Amino acid sequence: MDAILLQILNGLDKGSAYALIALGLTLIFGTLGVVNFAHGALFMIGAFCAVTLSKILNASYEVIDETKTDFLGNPLKVKLTYIESWFGPETGAAIIDWAVPLAILFSIPIMIAIGFIMERGLIKHFYKRPHADQILVTFGLAIVLQEVIKAIYGANPIPTGAPEVFRGSFDFGVLLGYEANAIIYPYWRMVYFAFSALIIGGVFAFLQFTTFGMVVRAGMADRETVELLGINIDRRFTIMFGVAAAVAGLAGVMYAPINSPNYHMGMDFLVLSFVVVVVGGMGSLPGAVLAGFLLGILESFASMNEVKNIFPGIDQIIIYLVAIIIILTRPRGLMGRKGVMED
Amino acid sequence: MLGLNKKDTTLLIIVAIMALFAPFILNPFPEGSSMAQMFNAGYPDLMQRFVIFGILVIGFNILFGLTGYLSFGHAAFLGIGSYSAVWMFKLIGMNVIPAILLSMVVSGVFALLIGYVSLRRSGIYFSILTLAFAQMCYNLAYSVLGNPASSYNLTNGETGLQLSLNDPRILGGAVSSEGSLPVTNFFGIAMRDSVQLEIGSWLFTFNAGYYLCAFIMLISFYVSIRIFRSPFGLMLRAVKSNQQRMNYTGLNTKPYTLAAFVISGIYAGLAGGLLSSMDPLAGAERMHWTASGEIVIMAILGGVGTLIGPIVGAGFNEYFKNILSKINDSVLHQWLSFMPDGLEDAIVGVLHFFVGKGWHLSLGVLFMVVIIFLPGGLVEGGQRISRLFRRKKTDDDADKASHSTPAE
Repeated sequence: MDAILLQILNGLDKGSAYALIALGLTLIFGTLGVVNFAHGALFMIGAFCAVTLSKILNASYEVIDETKTDFLGNPLKVKLTYIESWFGPETGAAIIDWAVPLAILFSIPIMIAIGFIMERGLIKHFYKRPHADQILVTFGLAIVLQEVIKAIYGANPIPTGAPEVFRGSFDFGVLLGYEANAIIYPYWRMVYFAFSALIIGGVFAFLQFTTFGMVVRAGMADRETVELLGINIDRRFTIMFGVAAAVAGLAGVMYAPINSPNYHMGMDFLVLSFVVVVVGGMGSLPGAVLAGFLLGILESFASMNEVKNIFPGIDQIIIYLVAIIIILTRPRGLMGRKGVMED
Repeated sequence: MLGLNKKDTTLLIIVAIMALFAPFILNPFPEGSSMAQMFNAGYPDLMQRFVIFGILVIGFNILFGLTGYLSFGHAAFLGIGSYSAVWMFKLIGMNVIPAILLSMVVSGVFALLIGYVSLRRSGIYFSILTLAFAQMCYNLAYSVLGNPASSYNLTNGETGLQLSLNDPRILGGAVSSEGSLPVTNFFGIAMRDSVQLEIGSWLFTFNAGYYLCAFIMLISFYVSIRIFRSPFGLMLRAVKSNQQRMNYTGLNTKPYTLAAFVISGIYAGLAGGLLSSMDPLAGAERMHWTASGEIVIMAILGGVGTLIGPIVGAGFNEYFKNILSKINDSVLHQWLSFMPDGLEDAIVGVLHFFVGKGWHLSLGVLFMVVIIFLPGGLVEGGQRISRLFRRKKTDDDADKASHSTPAE
């Protein structure tokens, strides 16, 4: 029982990332009808926002520390970050420590701006072109974005730590009456799960309870009628593209401490996120979230040794296998709506 | 000739002549000059890649160009072909013909299975299904089937499948007379054998492996022309323009699309087999989905749905990849030395990101430009330019005729 619980918990953090990316993909697909192959790149850019902010905060200058001397008796030069000199050592160190959560604020305007530029500058011109062209142009954009990041930050992963308080692990087992260390789970992954639940809830609430969200949902259902009512649906869809980009970016920001950001992390997640979207059902937001968590947990179960001994290699292919079975048996996916991409 | 009309025969002959004289055409600069180091592409390894990737993209074009089904998993067949060929070298002997045949058969079988499942859906679903299958093959090749400790080690994982001295090799012996690994050959002609011809300060290399690949490429090109011009090809085009209408007329399109998928899978397997025949080493990275993406890029660059496009695209991609990765900052400084210093540094600073290790970026940008402005690829670009010249001379009546849109 404790092993099963542990696998479910392990699946949650990856599942959260899948769910967030798939949610953004579905938002774009449901509103604009575009399959965005560059969505993984947005996730990666989010992670690099965290890297950038922590680099900015760590910007430092050298000062001569009179109290310390090196072995020749000369005063020692120490590096002092600007933040520490402005806010005092304790507040400054705390700010640097919290670089990743702070990057959330830092990344939102950046991601929304990138989303707007992408939609208005590039994708807008592809609505009337075939789906294959949309896939290809966003695929090209993904390569370009990835290579730009590689040119700026280099090819190696850049470790970006979580704040000090979240670095340990939490012993779930004790809480549920198992012996100690049976189920331990890093704090940051709990934070990640809570954060993604918050974002998902926020997006759904936004769509469900605001007038803007209502218009967007109406536009998703029947774009032409909404336009006939005199509403500028294009502008709202552009804003939704920005929101989707921000969701992917936030997923990336918070993922930075779990996996050191590197330039191809977006591509790695992208393929799986597509599978998630297809399993959930093209254009279905709850489907994307459900499938994201489901596949994340399934993947973590498949990587248990007991399972691997029976089916060697199952952990590597389980997601694809499930996707193939789902597409063939339930072509609309788990929660797909009728009439969406049914060709 | 050979059942082709005049225009296609001319095209085939031009390609044949280009392939035959490639060692000359690709070596325009004298040996040892700085231009030669940068722009000469007439060495065997690269020429082999030109024609092999040409075969691969010709096959991809039969699927994507004719039926419009965008497969994002074609690299899987390339990888499967490579592995089968290396296994043939390990088990049977070093002759390339059985290896190539086996790789075609095996990848054909895989294409049949994958195609049968994937083709039940179309559009974006088809792309994602092929992507999923290819990633499955890649992951399996990398993990379970590639684990040297496990009992089903077919691919040797990260190291890649390679020959060893204690392979059985029933025909031809496991070890060559010098006690080293035997080399791949075509009935005794070693693939790595080259004849060098020196004319003045030019040096031309004629490689046996290259000519074998080029010959096979010509055959595949011929077959692809025949497919394009056949009733079968017409049927595939009809699937592309409106599959629903085809179904409404009571015609089952599935066998046609499946046949196209299998044919293009066999082409990819052939290319994989040739890659292994030139260098008997097969790695899983050939099956990664970015490799599939590169196939798509090559096809788009050249021009989808055209006959010559795939060859142009594959050659262009390989050639510029080769050149761009050779250029570095000092070369750029040398070229731009006529400029004022500040400007020179600024331009080099910008170009720095596009050359050397950054060649991916230039190809990505180029790919996007082609998709946005030239959906028909370089071939369409060429056609537009030639039309521009022709228009000056004649009226543009012919132009209007070629732009007729199909009735809805």
